[in-house]
Amino acid sequence: MASRCWRWWGWSAWPRTRLPPAGSTPSFRHHFSTQEKTPQICVVGSGPAGFYTAQHLLKHPQAHVDIYEKQPVPFGLVRFGVAPDHPEVKNVINTFTQTAHSGRCAFWGNVEVGRDVTVPELREAYHAVVLSYGAEDHRALEIPGEELPGVCSARAFVGWYNGLPENQELEPDLSCDTAVILGQGNVALDVARILLTPPEHLEALLLCQRTDITKAALGVLRQSRVKTVWLVGRRGPLQVAFTIKELREMIQLPGARPILDPVDFLGLQDKIKEVPRPRKRLTELLLRTATEKPGLEEAARQASASRAWGLRFFRSPQQVLPSPDGRRAAGVRLAVTRLEGVDEATRAVPTGDMEDLPCGLVLSSIGYKSRPVDPSVPFDSKLGVIPNVEGRVMDVPGLYCSGWVKRGPTGVIATTMTDSFLTGQMLLQDLKAGLLPSGPRPGYAAIQALLSSRGVRPVSFSEWEKLDAEEVARGQGTGKPREKLVDPQEMLRLLGH
Amino acid sequence: MAAAGGARLLSAASAVLGDPAGRWLHHAGSRAGASGLLRSRGPGRSAEASRPLSVLAGARSSSEDKVTVHFINCDGETLTTKGKVGDSLLDVVVENNLDIDGFGACEGTLTCSTCHLIFEDHIYEKLDAITDEENHMLDLAYGLTDHMPETVADARQSTDVGKTS
Repeated sequence: MASRCWRWWGWSAWPRTRLPPAGSTPSFRHHFSTQEKTPQICVVGSGPAGFYTAQHLLKHPQAHVDIYEKQPVPFGLVRFGVAPDHPEVKNVINTFTQTAHSGRCAFWGNVEVGRDVTVPELREAYHAVVLSYGAEDHRALEIPGEELPGVCSARAFVGWYNGLPENQELEPDLSCDTAVILGQGNVALDVARILLTPPEHLEALLLCQRTDITKAALGVLRQSRVKTVWLVGRRGPLQVAFTIKELREMIQLPGARPILDPVDFLGLQDKIKEVPRPRKRLTELLLRTATEKPGLEEAARQASASRAWGLRFFRSPQQVLPSPDGRRAAGVRLAVTRLEGVDEATRAVPTGDMEDLPCGLVLSSIGYKSRPVDPSVPFDSKLGVIPNVEGRVMDVPGLYCSGWVKRGPTGVIATTMTDSFLTGQMLLQDLKAGLLPSGPRPGYAAIQALLSSRGVRPVSFSEWEKLDAEEVARGQGTGKPREKLVDPQEMLRLLGH
Repeated sequence: MAAAGGARLLSAASAVLGDPAGRWLHHAGSRAGASGLLRSRGPGRSAEASRPLSVLAGARSSSEDKVTVHFINCDGETLTTKGKVGDSLLDVVVENNLDIDGFGACEGTLTCSTCHLIFEDHIYEKLDAITDEENHMLDLAYGLTDHMPETVADARQSTDVGKTS
């Protein structure tokens, strides 16, 4: 085992960090062997992937897990991605909090791996490192006009209304009457729903329960003149990426009516006979909404609706068209497509026809993308993931990955949970098989010294809890579950950093 | 428990577990041998771990209206605890801090799919009509099945704790 480690790691033995007091040989032996048996593991990222991986690793009776996070606050997309009108989805925060409260787990926020500390430094300080930092970028449209004012990524828009610090300056212009969202996934539906929900509903989910949407965003949405939202997809109804619960929510949105073209759904009834249940149920709902005459009550509701949303299929964006003065987006030029291929390989192919769709706001929602974190970590820029086998980073022993950075940016929290448990399992297996470095490792002690020398002051979990209490207190005045802090400098000031 | 007696106790227990229709998980094990038709139900008011588990309840008469619940996980390990009448299975796991992971992410609010139950047909038939919300969440469930997959077996058949239902 030792010789294998030498070959792989080629490092000189880490100096023993503690010498025993004289005359205490028995306790030294006990102390040393306890240290050796305390695997020090580090997880980069504190969203669902990070926390679920940590939860699994803590099943090892002695392992110590440190979770690093670049924001001052934990929880990743659970805090910054889940829509404000979906509060129960955020209940997982309670599970994560429980994990963070474990005596063998520590959270260190305000530490950006890749900038404040490198992955090689982490690998030296810990027995194993797990990269769970998700996908913070969005896939670009790569079409002319993308840079015009009035075009932004759905990701940035979501970050804006959810209080992600880097998106607070977004200032989306909602003075137009039509918005076009390119993409047909759950994020696209979230954005459409937030744009079209009557502001009084956004404010108050139930009679006395308000949402944690930021005050600033709520103010902008109240002034919004957007009345119609189109969700545009290159392929057809069978290829939509959103799921049925979110679709159902959209169909039932108060004050808004759906616009679906029955022509897009011809022949679908037969095609769905053999498809898997989730796709079948989803398509059936789409089909019903597009082709069935609504009952009296629903018809009345739709007639009185002041807003509308629609799905446009077989349209591929080619260009964002500028306004006459060239200063803003005024529409999207779409190529009409048709489908080729079957099942998973179904592709949209241009037919040659074009169509222009006027609008004042363009949101691209065609997927998230991970970024490489460190030159020492292999990265597949085509797929946007860290090359790995079952969570073990290829060719880098002791380095693992979980969540979106491992499998790509799709799937709900439960999917990430299962995936994180699998990575955790692999790591613990490797630990048991003696494949990780032997001998004690300093863990956070070493990293703290490095960070301190670099002027970085990490935020602990109990400090996050102080910020959490502050947010809740600020929300109480307006009946909100919390008023999110959106300025990292303010957060650090509140902590006396 | 003898088979026949077991059957009576089991169905009585399932009634006592807090739902007149007797929501009770019967799904588990990684030992060979299919065990007939079972169907999935969404978490609804009773939730359970998403990993294959088997739940058997022996109804002990108790003045506190408590029922003994055995959870048999896919490693064959049995966790035994007590549940109060009216509790859901999720409540039982949480209140007794059972070492079962990866369930109850939404804390029983029907907004995730980390708990779902697989029932025998005759028990499934007794449940209330499945709701849209349950079906929506089931669409996302890991290990969703219409019938018990060949690879997963009824753990009760390979343990001594109760034979057939």
